Amino acid sequence: MAEQSEIFFVDGMRTPFGRAGEKGMYWNTRADDLVVKAMMGVLERNPQVPKDQIDDVAIAATTQTGDQGLTLGRTAALLAGLPRSVPGFAIDRMCAGAMTAVTTTAGGIAMGAYDLVIAGGVEHMGHHPMGQGVDPNPRFLAEKLVSMDALNMGNTAERIHDRFPHLTKERADRFALGSQQKLAAAYEAGNIQPDLVPVAIKTEAGWGLATRDEAPRPDTTMEGLAGLKTPFRPHGRVTAGNSSGLNDGATAAILASGAMVKKLGLTPRMRMVTFAFAGVEPEIMGLGPVPSTEKALRKAGLTIDDIGLFDLNEAFAVQVLSLLDHFGIADDDPRVNLYGGAIAVGHPLASTGVRLMIQLARQFEQRPDVRYGITAMCVGLGQGGTVIWENPNWKGKR
Amino acid sequence: MTPVADNIIQQLKEFSADEVVTHAYVRDIPLTGGRTLALITLDNDRDHTRPNTFGPLGLLELGAVLDEQTVRAARNEIHGVAVTGKQYILAAGADLSKVSEIPSVEVGHGLGELGHDTFSKLSELGVPSFVFINGLALGGGTEVALHADYRTVDSSIAGLALPEVFLGLIPGWGGAWLLPNLIGIENALRVVIENPLKMNRMLKGPDVLKLGIADTMFSPANFLEESIRWADGVISGTTVVKRANLPGKIERMAKWDVAIGIARKQLESKIGTVAKSPYVALDLLKAAKSSTKEEGFAAENDALAALAAGDQFQASMYAFNLVQKRAKRPAGAPDKTLARPVTKVGVIGAGLMASQFALLFVRRLQVPVVITDLDQSRVDKGLEYINGEIDKLAEKGRISTDERNRLTALVSGTTDMADFADCDWVIEAVFEELGVKQEVFANVEKHVSPEAILATNTSSLSVEQIGANLANPERLVGFHFFNPVAVMPLIEVVKTPHTTDEALSTAMVTAAKLRKNAVITRDTPGFVVNRILAKLLGEAMHAVDTGTSFDVVNDSLKPFGLPMTAFELLELVGLKVGAHVLDTHHAAFPERFFESKNLHALAEHGRIFDRDSKGKIKGFDKKAVAIVAGGTSPMTAEQILTRVEDGLADEIKRMLDDEVVHAAEDIDLCLILGAGWPFQMGGATPYLDRVGASERAFGGTFHTPMIKGIA
Repeated sequence: MAEQSEIFFVDGMRTPFGRAGEKGMYWNTRADDLVVKAMMGVLERNPQVPKDQIDDVAIAATTQTGDQGLTLGRTAALLAGLPRSVPGFAIDRMCAGAMTAVTTTAGGIAMGAYDLVIAGGVEHMGHHPMGQGVDPNPRFLAEKLVSMDALNMGNTAERIHDRFPHLTKERADRFALGSQQKLAAAYEAGNIQPDLVPVAIKTEAGWGLATRDEAPRPDTTMEGLAGLKTPFRPHGRVTAGNSSGLNDGATAAILASGAMVKKLGLTPRMRMVTFAFAGVEPEIMGLGPVPSTEKALRKAGLTIDDIGLFDLNEAFAVQVLSLLDHFGIADDDPRVNLYGGAIAVGHPLASTGVRLMIQLARQFEQRPDVRYGITAMCVGLGQGGTVIWENPNWKGKR
Repeated sequence: MTPVADNIIQQLKEFSADEVVTHAYVRDIPLTGGRTLALITLDNDRDHTRPNTFGPLGLLELGAVLDEQTVRAARNEIHGVAVTGKQYILAAGADLSKVSEIPSVEVGHGLGELGHDTFSKLSELGVPSFVFINGLALGGGTEVALHADYRTVDSSIAGLALPEVFLGLIPGWGGAWLLPNLIGIENALRVVIENPLKMNRMLKGPDVLKLGIADTMFSPANFLEESIRWADGVISGTTVVKRANLPGKIERMAKWDVAIGIARKQLESKIGTVAKSPYVALDLLKAAKSSTKEEGFAAENDALAALAAGDQFQASMYAFNLVQKRAKRPAGAPDKTLARPVTKVGVIGAGLMASQFALLFVRRLQVPVVITDLDQSRVDKGLEYINGEIDKLAEKGRISTDERNRLTALVSGTTDMADFADCDWVIEAVFEELGVKQEVFANVEKHVSPEAILATNTSSLSVEQIGANLANPERLVGFHFFNPVAVMPLIEVVKTPHTTDEALSTAMVTAAKLRKNAVITRDTPGFVVNRILAKLLGEAMHAVDTGTSFDVVNDSLKPFGLPMTAFELLELVGLKVGAHVLDTHHAAFPERFFESKNLHALAEHGRIFDRDSKGKIKGFDKKAVAIVAGGTSPMTAEQILTRVEDGLADEIKRMLDDEVVHAAEDIDLCLILGAGWPFQMGGATPYLDRVGASERAFGGTFHTPMIKGIA
């Protein structure tokens, strides 16, 4: 039995995220091509990683049919030109798909089955609208196991507002505004662009090149947010402005064991401390990251005060606020989502987990004063996932 | 059992040529020890919207399959027989539409015999029999289970019931004898009589287990697998079944007759003695104490044949179809797609009625509801009531605390009608006076959009006149609730000559979202329910005014079987309100509706009945009797009954000629849902036809052919 191995996030890259739908920049681009480009990008940036030594390729997608079907990890490996000897598989935990690709392969690394893997995710929500082809078991309805509200993510977010009346629409809008502003500032400072793989896109006006995220609205104002429709409930609180959008995009990361890092002389960007997933009521799925974070901290022997940076998925502003509120962190705490989040950049479901890690890794590089960071996200049908990372650039005393 | 006579079988087959046959499919299931279970699946090969039902052809098929299993059991090929249903449904009993078409008493009797004959085979197989109650089981569906030696139940079944009494029948395929002998008399009374009369309440899986109808219960995730395994245990002897509710000698000697006596008294006080089927069921349950199974089944056959051929069953089926079908597709309702979305509701008034509206709208529509009144203290009182009721719902576990927070946040109060600006539905519940209502709507119209729907809850004023001063009267509808608002299922939606289809459609869709049944009426005095009741109450008071005693009048309408007498109803709605209703109808139709000065005097006095401390009626109040004394030409009960019957037939005919509603069916539906008139009357018109009142009043009938029995 091999000794438990350390797990490193060597590097990660992603495609720019597009807006889903016919008008979006990726309408004429295949989902599998997107993830292949992300994989090729990150492998190209890390030429010392020998392709034939990759032990597995785990690629997540929520809707695994059509251009997201056919065992994505294996097809993407073949399409990315990896040797035929490299295996691959597909993975699904809805929004936490890429996160689960990372944690699952990390488990393989920890027990010595893997030394080098690629983990990522893709969601082309234009080609695969949420709920496409689903066939929920009639027992859900017949036995009232899960309310039909739970299958509509916007309704679950409205329910968080119900549960915590002090998390007002105004606070959600202000957080959303901050997300847009922080992402704009991050672009301004050049913190986003280095991790984007440019993607050639076919449009009606001819070929173009996607180099920036399509969804951000840097000109957002509080007044503008206040006037948006509340599509999930009349006079509700959740709007397109304080939620993540519908997007297309892909992410890919290279993970390696401590031994492989040493052998190849890699400079990893993060070390995984531990991870945890947890379940909550499906009707209020946005609370998921609270118990998953509690659980991960407990496993790591850390407290929330040990965490210097947070990259939290912003499925909905109120859902992030519920976690911050739980841990007594201010809505505008500078440790949280320094580069903005999904409200601004977009949330191509199963790809997002690795996007959080890419952003946290970039922040780690600039913040040698921070030792630990967290990536966390909520998942449909009532789950949360949390990964705790250590900063290899940390300069403090061990 | 003696087999059913061949000529009867032949008649049954002919009568049921178009039956949707529930088939009995058999597959062998291997058990432990090399044993075999023959598993019979009841399936009519339709989807869940057409439940399995039993008709003569299906029963004959099941009987033949059971005969085969008896032969196989004797050959030691099988060691048990189990019956289960298709997905979600065991069986919904006899096909009632067919039962209501039974051509003769003889055929009705034969159908009872055939059911008994078929289901009895389950107890004569020579090997243990089981029914796995996998889903909905009603009437004959429940009875097929009772005939088996053992039963399992799925914890998630939609329901199990013996609803026959609700429809004017009795459990006639073994239920009336088998059930009390399985679960005891008190439990059986609950299932056979109490539940059907509680708006047809059904038992859930855990109730079925607790009452002892099923021997064990399994989760739906693996119900059939577990049931088979349990049956295997019973057959192999490793599982021993104990039945706690099985009636013993002591129960039979000491409890049985007492329980029947109590139930009879309760029935008499609750529904009177006009409805036949509950009392027939009571007699069958009573006899089941000491009769043999054969005697019990024979009694069921006779009772079923008699009831199925009678007037009350036909009227009940008519009423049932009105409530089940016509109520869901209201006559004259415009296209649903015309309805405007209601995303915010304004309620004018903060009194009890208005607060009840606000509560209902916020619960059912889950949109912001704003209430208003003349001053802040009234508004605050209204809000306090609404929030208190929401809290009560949460405390009772009817809504979650999330839902409580949500609803509480949605309700607000104001004294500034400008806060109604973005309401798309405004309903008033202010004082019942034309000028007041006109002023209220004129005021609100300044603030809301020209398309916002305005609804008035008036019960006695002209809706058109209420809207006379509106700039946009075409968006005004009447929306007449019945008290108590949360409980009564009817809303009369009143259409004026100006009301647009859009406004009407919005009202109908909104009523449905409030989970109420809406009937569209023209803008005529009293609409439907109050006009009919005003006729009845006016006649009752007229009889008193002319010298008939309260006693005679009170008893004169007993043959209707109404839920309460005229004077009880007057006290319930309030004597002042009652007097006002009579006055407004007299003003509208002076030649046909009586006003009553005595009723005003009684209203001043405050009561008609003398009641004990619990509110139970002891007799008539002496002072009330003195107030009404002085009439000189008393009538007999028979004379009053005839006057009321003929008066009702005449008035309903006039309403139909005047197109107040679309058809007699709508009048009956209003009376059933809005006034609790009984199924056995079919509302009013089947009764009026069958007693000859229609013929006497206008020389015809409301229904052709009349809705009456064959015997």
